[in-house]
Amino acid sequence: MDITKLTVHEIQEKLKSKELTITQITKAYVENIENKEKDVQAFITPLKKEALKQAEEIQKKVEKKEITNSLAGIPIGIKDNICTKGLKTTCASKMLENFVAPYDATVMEKINNENMINLGKLNMDEFAMGGSTEYSYFQKTRNPWDLNRVPGGSSGGSAAAVAANMVPWALGSDTGGSIRQPASFCGVVGLKPTYGLVSRYGLVAFASSLDQIGPITKDVQDSAILLNVIAGHDEKDTTSVKKEKIDYTKALKNDVKGLKIGIPKEYFGEGINAEVKQSLEEAIETYKKLGATVEEFSLNIADYALATYYIIACAEASSNLGRFDGIRYGYRAENYENLKELYRNSRSEGFGPEVKRRIILGTYVLSSGYYDAYYKKAQQVRTLVKEEFDKAFEKYDVLLTPTAPTVAFEIGTRSNNPLEMYLADICTVSVNIAGLPAISIPCGIDSQGMPIGMQLIGNKFQEETILNSAYTYEQNCRVRDVSKSDKMSH
Amino acid sequence: MLREDYEVVIGLEVHAELSTKTKIFCSCPTEFGAAPNTHTCPVCMAMPGALPVLNEKVVEYAVKAGLATNCSITKESKNDRKNYFYPDLPKSYQISQFDKPLCTNGRVDIEEDGKTKTIGITRIHIEEDAGKLNHNEFGSGSLVDLNRAGVPLIEIVSEPDMRSSKDAENYLRKIKSILEYIEVSDCKMQEGSLRADVNVSVRKKGAKEFGTRTEMKNMNSFRSIVRAIDYEAERQIEVIENGGKIDQETLRWDDVSGKTFSMRDKEDAQDYRYFPEPDLVAIRLSNEYIENIRKNLPELPESRKKRYLEEYKLTEKEAKMLTASKYMSNLFEEALKICGNAKAVSNWLLSDVSRILNEKEIEPDQIPFTAENLAKMIMLIEKGTISSAIGKKVLEELFENPKDPEKIIEEKGWIQISDEGAIKEVVMKILENNPQSIADFKAGKDRALGFLVGQAMKETKGKANPKMLNDMFLEELNK
Repeated sequence: MDITKLTVHEIQEKLKSKELTITQITKAYVENIENKEKDVQAFITPLKKEALKQAEEIQKKVEKKEITNSLAGIPIGIKDNICTKGLKTTCASKMLENFVAPYDATVMEKINNENMINLGKLNMDEFAMGGSTEYSYFQKTRNPWDLNRVPGGSSGGSAAAVAANMVPWALGSDTGGSIRQPASFCGVVGLKPTYGLVSRYGLVAFASSLDQIGPITKDVQDSAILLNVIAGHDEKDTTSVKKEKIDYTKALKNDVKGLKIGIPKEYFGEGINAEVKQSLEEAIETYKKLGATVEEFSLNIADYALATYYIIACAEASSNLGRFDGIRYGYRAENYENLKELYRNSRSEGFGPEVKRRIILGTYVLSSGYYDAYYKKAQQVRTLVKEEFDKAFEKYDVLLTPTAPTVAFEIGTRSNNPLEMYLADICTVSVNIAGLPAISIPCGIDSQGMPIGMQLIGNKFQEETILNSAYTYEQNCRVRDVSKSDKMSH
Repeated sequence: MLREDYEVVIGLEVHAELSTKTKIFCSCPTEFGAAPNTHTCPVCMAMPGALPVLNEKVVEYAVKAGLATNCSITKESKNDRKNYFYPDLPKSYQISQFDKPLCTNGRVDIEEDGKTKTIGITRIHIEEDAGKLNHNEFGSGSLVDLNRAGVPLIEIVSEPDMRSSKDAENYLRKIKSILEYIEVSDCKMQEGSLRADVNVSVRKKGAKEFGTRTEMKNMNSFRSIVRAIDYEAERQIEVIENGGKIDQETLRWDDVSGKTFSMRDKEDAQDYRYFPEPDLVAIRLSNEYIENIRKNLPELPESRKKRYLEEYKLTEKEAKMLTASKYMSNLFEEALKICGNAKAVSNWLLSDVSRILNEKEIEPDQIPFTAENLAKMIMLIEKGTISSAIGKKVLEELFENPKDPEKIIEEKGWIQISDEGAIKEVVMKILENNPQSIADFKAGKDRALGFLVGQAMKETKGKANPKMLNDMFLEELNK
């Protein structure tokens, strides 16, 4: 048995039946990291020794019955923009290369309360800005399905580590598709929760009104289990919503009879790869066979979503990243004559090109004289996008679209063309603009053997609906088995 | 043209630190004077990933201030980010309010020479204070202290309704007094918890358009504000009279030279790029919430003044002066409770205490002694233990070394001489040395008696009981 190919719920069963121990599990993952990390390069800060030590401690406590919760000793990987007390939190930036967070993000407190084991901090595009993880200051993570291809981004390290079985699951963050698109590229499951379901406290902000932390897992059941851990109101994040606690695993009914699925035709038009389209059409047929009703409709505003997204996200980022000024922490230039130069040189040298591009764009759209034409207009369009989705959810329970217009592309083919890179987000950004939940699950393999992802979008706080829809498809199609048969070439 | 042909137009932006226990967006204490960077946390140090949580007390205090200045309260308000780089601003943006301030459209009345004038209040909004830079304290360079970062402020923006430095002073005193009364700010100007940006312009009398204004930021004493306005108005008039034009700019007031200086930093014409703060939700206030605050608003200076007129029979002027400062007024009421003599307490506070405050250039809240000290001193005078002349000396001593007045007079040997034999001795000695005065008195010059009593007081260093002296001189002279 290869332990690292198991899902978390499978590991939980084997722990319960004493077939496996916590130390065995962690050891298996650490070995797998040692074998594969040189090819995949998913980790910025691996915590192999620390994890093994922690596993032993937890194992002892479990044996003494001091710890009884079912996730104790389960390893996890964390995207490196989530603050971890006493550990480096770099955001894959030179700016924070040596930054050690003085506190834990709220999600980390929850992970720690479960006695889960942090296997390491995972690579990403610098400050979560990008769709390929090529904009990391440290390294380019590779897609485990084809090492010449990108894993997607920005949570590329998280998705690649799960796909390569170096962690059983991971946390990512999603501002415009940064969980779903890499999940799609790496053939795993990625969930972006409703804005406000998961606390953002301790997530290094990219765009505050769009960011959400979410799970990247091997299957839908694991996604529900990890969402159970991280969801919930947090007093430290006033944008997190007070709601009754839900057990999301209870929503997994393997039944979509009567489910109303809307297909926004704008997401199947020009620019969508033919094989992706075909795979999605097959998935639609599967849903029909399983008893769901499917209807095509028009989501009128879809064309404007990408521009709206980049204006709002960059505006907020330009302000959020102001704190990286070389004064209190992070990178400070060695040479400067005065305060202005200290700022200018530290930021010029500390940020990479994509981050600078977005700061400049964001500063521009907020400037006096341009605010009304860009930022204000974008906010108005944002309202229209929300209204369009509201209308759609009057008729449908879930909306089904591709997660990305293509499968994972080759490393180096888009990183010099920002606009083309931005197009990779076209299917995912409107979900963030509207604050909705969406999940990406594998729905096929293309002719070159690369996974294709399907996105299911739900109405606000209807995670249960999309999880059940995704679960039902997964149980009846078993695309996941393909990723389980370790396709990694060495 | 003459100075008299011009009118000065002044508007004030008053910043008051709110006296909440904790900061506006985190639970760090707001207390002044702690060791640098000890009142900080990830939120107010702007650590990556930290998020603000709005302190509800700040909203309550700002609404109080709005209601006490006759503002309308905005039921649906929000926070905005004001973006600029400076080392004392850790997030590189200040969370403030831009287009939906909590309070708008208020007014306060000020009085000068018995005439009442209304000063409009454009808006009151909440925002966070920045940290402090300590320059050159340890050799070269500057050190950042973030204890003050995130201390809540309200900014009260007036209409350009003031026409003299006196108006500006009266307005600021009125605002200070109101904020003290409703207990939302301790208004300690010397600690910077009350400070003002002053906008000044001039125009020809009768002109409809305002002149170009200049701004002087962070002024924190009444005296400098008055001086700065007077100087700046004169400067502007002179520029215009010489055919020049006023530049709209921020000036620095230098207290030592008594002049304003251009900051000459126009390269950085600031664009704050305000936009709604996405980390905070909208502020929604119900009618019930607002009415509840209105109902529980403490007594304001106006109504306290009325009460003084009716209950203690003070004069209009006395009542107004006492109530101008809540601290002074509280001192009055507490001392009154102990000694029961309203007129005496009022006299002491408004004459000698106020004179010393003026001399020392300090505010009533810096008075070092207690109401009990003052009341006891007054009672010692009433009992005849000390004369009022000694009382004045005791008061001086209370400012220097505040303690029980009885102890002071004991230690200083200031107890009044009321012993008949001792008094008689002094009277006889003075009479013996001043035959001319005796002759004058007998010739009908009553002033001679005053002179003799004065000499006797001098002889006893003010300790003799003046009434006994007076009586005994009369007795001897009429013999």
